[in-house]
Amino acid sequence: MIRMTTAEIQPEELRRQLFDPAAGAYCGFEGWIRNHNEGHEVLRLEYEAYEPLAITEGEKILAEARERYPHLKAHCVHRTGMLEIGECAVWVGVSSPHRDEAFHACRYIIDQLKVRLPIWKKEHYADGHSGWVNCERCAKSA
Amino acid sequence: MKTITVRYFAMFREHAGVGEETLSVDAETAADVFHATQDRHRSTEPSGHCKVAINDVMADWDTPVSEGDTVLLFPPVAGG
Repeated sequence: MIRMTTAEIQPEELRRQLFDPAAGAYCGFEGWIRNHNEGHEVLRLEYEAYEPLAITEGEKILAEARERYPHLKAHCVHRTGMLEIGECAVWVGVSSPHRDEAFHACRYIIDQLKVRLPIWKKEHYADGHSGWVNCERCAKSA
Repeated sequence: MKTITVRYFAMFREHAGVGEETLSVDAETAADVFHATQDRHRSTEPSGHCKVAINDVMADWDTPVSEGDTVLLFPPVAGG
């Protein structure tokens, strides 16, 4: 299951959904908003997503992970809207029979999500400027 | 000429000043539509690290477009 939300992510609640009597391992990843990027002081981050395709593509990634690592349970939640420093922007959790698969599957999912989902983030800097991440020309014109 | 609805996201939307517009374009592929919007909005972002979808399905730049299609232009993504 993958879901987009404007509400605060509740990792503990999400983790419970992965409990499985056959699982001996759980691995979770939380992406947090940090206060700096590439030498700029960052005040907050604004996330925009095209939800219909973010969900479709996200489900594909979870299905790929389940195919690579049998008996895997995997969930993901991604925030949209304005986020403050320290907030959780993305949560990925997996459970599986053994830890190797759990570590690898979690890593696979977050790495793929970052490069495939139609999600964009705009950094708001302390100097009053802002810029879209991964977009050099845009940052220059901001 | 084909009537194509184009949807812009994130920095593309800010650059175009609109989220969506319907254009009459001489286009065979998604790349042709992208280049037409670049001429229209004087944008120079290379397509290499951008993505495109047609009618809510992820596509390639050489995917053909048809009359009435909606082409979604995605600037470089940055989730997580």
